[in-house]
Amino acid sequence: MKPDLHYSFQADMQTSRLTIRREFDAPRDLVWDCYTWAELLDQWFAPEPFTAKTKSMAFEEGGHWHFAMVDPEGNEHWSRFDYETITPKDGYQARDAFSDPDGGINRDLPASTWDVTFEDASQRTLVQTVLTYETPEALQQVIDMGMQQGMEATLSGLDKLLAKLTGATAK
Amino acid sequence: MARGILTHMDNNNPELDTVFLAFADSTRRAVLRRLGEGPASVSDLAAPFDMALPPFMKHIRTLENAGLITTEKVGRVRICELNPEKYAAVEDWLKDQRRHWASRYRKLDQLLEQMKDKDR
Repeated sequence: MKPDLHYSFQADMQTSRLTIRREFDAPRDLVWDCYTWAELLDQWFAPEPFTAKTKSMAFEEGGHWHFAMVDPEGNEHWSRFDYETITPKDGYQARDAFSDPDGGINRDLPASTWDVTFEDASQRTLVQTVLTYETPEALQQVIDMGMQQGMEATLSGLDKLLAKLTGATAK
Repeated sequence: MARGILTHMDNNNPELDTVFLAFADSTRRAVLRRLGEGPASVSDLAAPFDMALPPFMKHIRTLENAGLITTEKVGRVRICELNPEKYAAVEDWLKDQRRHWASRYRKLDQLLEQMKDKDR
């Protein structure tokens, strides 16, 4: 990231909403393509250490993107974005939900709506994502899931450490 | 952990602006800061504020509903206490989210650079 590219991340727990604004050093057409073509989305959408893998994509109102975040062990975490409104090159609204490998939505897990807008900023493009959890309970649920994953990660780290220590004593 | 967040709130550290915004009301923030020093009764908490008890109780209930504090009636007094686990959970989740978005957008920067090179 160039040091002067604008980035802001704000959370409002009262409204269960995250607002992420980020500038990109590229024309809006290019940024829009990266958000709307599966083969491009796969190259950036998953944060490290995950990779994104598209199963199907229909970028149109009423269509959806079905994809997995694949972790380094090869485990697939499936999601589905259902596109509700699309205004080409200006923005789109979508509903993000957990799904199974066949695209069936998991209604027991929290869903959110995404409102993504694109605007020109001199030679650059500013993208704003407003991510709203459907209820405060849904937000609470993702926070609790995060806590659980954190604990599992800590425990598996502890397992590795213990294995190492036991191995060391065995020698 | 809870003490740490309160300190960051005081310093208005941009890294933790998120947490600052999470507790967007100045009265509630002051209550949380006070509870960072230890449990207190509702009347003690209310004392510094020029506010009637019913609206103040509303702030207490908001904090309690958010799980940030717990309250317990001891005789005729209601004692409030910070819930550090909840604090830590919210803080950790927000940090994770912030890091995830920064990470995916770094990848997008790289992809855009590649695409611009190809166009040239």
